[in-house]
Amino acid sequence: MVEAHAAALTVTPSTLLRWIPLLPLFAAVVHGVMLGLLRRTMPRSGVVALSVGAVVLSFLVSVVAFGQLISLPEGQRVLVDDLYTWIGAGRFSAEMSFLLDPLSAVMILVVTGVGSLIHVYSIGYMDDDHREDKGFQRFFCYLNLFTFSMLMLVLGDNLLVLFLGWEGVGLCSYLLIGFWYSDKWNAYCGSKAFIVNRIGDFGFLLGIFTLFAALAQAGHPTVTFRDIATAFPAIAAQTVAMPGWLGGGEWKLATLAGVFFFIGAAGKSAQIPLYVWLPDAMAGPTPVSALIHAATMVTAGVYMVCRMSFLYAAAPGASALIAWTGAITALFAATIAITQTDIKKVLAYSTISQLGYMFLAAGCGAYGGAIFHLATHAFFKALLFLGAGAVILAMHHEQDIDKMGGLRKAIPYTAVVFLIGVIAIAGIPPLSGFFSKDEILLGAYTAEHIPGHRMLWAIGLVTAGLTSLYMFRLYFRTFEGKFRGTADQLHHVHEPAKSVLVPLGVLAFFSAVAGFGGLPQVYGDWFGIKNSNSLAHFLSQTLGHHEVPVSHSEELRLAGLAILVSAIGGALAWWLYLQAPAVPQKIRENAGPLFRLLREKYYVDEIFDVIFVKPLVWISENVLYKGVDAGLVDGAMVNGSAKGVQAVAARGLKYLQSGYAQSYLFFMVAGTLAIVGWLVS
Amino acid sequence: MIPLSHVIWLSAALFTIGVIGALTRRNLIVILMSVELMLNAVNLSLVGFARAWGDLGGHVFVLMVIAVAAAEVAVGLGIVISLFRNRDSVNIEDVSLLKW
Repeated sequence: MVEAHAAALTVTPSTLLRWIPLLPLFAAVVHGVMLGLLRRTMPRSGVVALSVGAVVLSFLVSVVAFGQLISLPEGQRVLVDDLYTWIGAGRFSAEMSFLLDPLSAVMILVVTGVGSLIHVYSIGYMDDDHREDKGFQRFFCYLNLFTFSMLMLVLGDNLLVLFLGWEGVGLCSYLLIGFWYSDKWNAYCGSKAFIVNRIGDFGFLLGIFTLFAALAQAGHPTVTFRDIATAFPAIAAQTVAMPGWLGGGEWKLATLAGVFFFIGAAGKSAQIPLYVWLPDAMAGPTPVSALIHAATMVTAGVYMVCRMSFLYAAAPGASALIAWTGAITALFAATIAITQTDIKKVLAYSTISQLGYMFLAAGCGAYGGAIFHLATHAFFKALLFLGAGAVILAMHHEQDIDKMGGLRKAIPYTAVVFLIGVIAIAGIPPLSGFFSKDEILLGAYTAEHIPGHRMLWAIGLVTAGLTSLYMFRLYFRTFEGKFRGTADQLHHVHEPAKSVLVPLGVLAFFSAVAGFGGLPQVYGDWFGIKNSNSLAHFLSQTLGHHEVPVSHSEELRLAGLAILVSAIGGALAWWLYLQAPAVPQKIRENAGPLFRLLREKYYVDEIFDVIFVKPLVWISENVLYKGVDAGLVDGAMVNGSAKGVQAVAARGLKYLQSGYAQSYLFFMVAGTLAIVGWLVS
Repeated sequence: MIPLSHVIWLSAALFTIGVIGALTRRNLIVILMSVELMLNAVNLSLVGFARAWGDLGGHVFVLMVIAVAAAEVAVGLGIVISLFRNRDSVNIEDVSLLKW
């Protein structure tokens, strides 16, 4: 893989790329100036035309840019749009420039494509929200700003532009989770997401510093991805002495930087132990959960790891860490998802689990598989979230699936598209999730360089079964069986507006067929298609070729096993929640310690609360607030100086102001005499 | 020809008498008179120096000081009269309200 990068690439300039992020930025700035400076709102139709128009236009520009990219000869597909020198210092310069290569092309199509659909969906979803006059425009302002930041992130030509977008999406995530900020809980969730992400960002920054310091020492002070990749072999062999509390010894520089980068990725992409913010992020409006916390922002970590794949190829230790963290996160989150009863929480844990899959693939070197799953996941998870949003709208903001059931009869269209999403994520062929998940499992199965790769594969397989179980459970509990809410609720259940339904249909279509973009060769052979895995082929320029050393018959056996596991999961859900509803009821009532452990999410929030939050709050309260702020600043400095002046002036000095003009005259004469005397002597 | 030192000594003596008067007397009118005495002490030394060095600048300055002193006395006596109308007193110790 390193060799592939070392080969000199011909860079084609293009001035088209800048418009992809700038269009949403323009809309966001217009909204921001109106709301923040002019204190005026636009009519809703104007907001829709500007915001949705900007993102759709950005999507069209992306498609044109994609067309330009694939018209270039294979292996030379790099478009660069250099705007200006952002930071220049001596031999170092960071350009504000955008890069379109196969990897970022896939990303911008997903971001602007799914983003456009979710913008359209938001028109209908936010229409009945009247909590605040400016809410509608403010929402679209943030959404546009998010789209801009995300596009900066994936189009950035160097680490600094990527980091700019990285921070931007974090900010927008915070703003949108706490969108309904008058509810204190939402504001708390927003802060939690922001603070946890901050920890990850710190790791990311350390990674940039580590890499840059080593490169600069080797005479290549650069942050541009292509230049880093070219210069990287010069520092690949360097080692760094580790401090004693980390076990001492020498680490490869690539491993150290790789671990730092992964800490950043784990924060943004919700991996153990930094995943805790994502379930709480569901406090935001549902389109936000779909766009930011399922389809795009949370995949930024996966994208970044793939972007740095040349680094991880030289750092097997860091790769193993990624693979294992991903696999354990996938299993861990899937077990929690089984017991949750909030429709959005189930999907949130499912997202964490699927992100774990992507990291499992990236750690095993199957970067193409990670991006493939990223794309298909963006479709079906956005579909599931938007479907859940339609259910929540229909149920008048009820999210508890214990109070749903039988909704298929009332909202059949939503039920059908939701079912398509469920089948896609569960990994039933020929829908998209099956192909992408299979590529990941195959990648883990054959990753000889990762310790315990068969174990990773087994975890992935079990997780696939669990995924199928909890997703079908969600579907059956929501749409099948008997309605468990009040008669009044049932009476009001209705299909949502057209602007909500159309994006659902489009996403359902792509969830169903997107898998054929990465059809494994073993199935391609059945239909006589050459190079059927066109996505992997397309990405290979950036991510390298990932050859899978297994025979076709073995590949088919593994796929069959995966289908069997998924089918068992689905069948179990069908039996438990439709045929024998008494059984889960019984388990719940007896609430064994294991069930309680899962339902309470392994008490991780509580443990973090005791270990990190409580001590921090205690220190803030007692040391920083009572000690430093109230005691030192307010007490000693502000009140202290005032009290000191009072003690000197009010008790003593003021008596000099006797009111007798002659005493003042006396001081004047005495003073003059003293000065003259001093001058003369 | 009177030497300059005589003029300076006389001027200094007059000024000191004026200062002591302003510091010790309680009657506002006497205090004003003491201030006039100090001003004229200065005038005297100005004229003395002007004559010693043959510079008319000193004379000009003296005319200036006399004009300002006239205005000052007019305002000062006005204040004393209005004070007397309000307080029935021209004792400076009776006007000590503006204090801590």
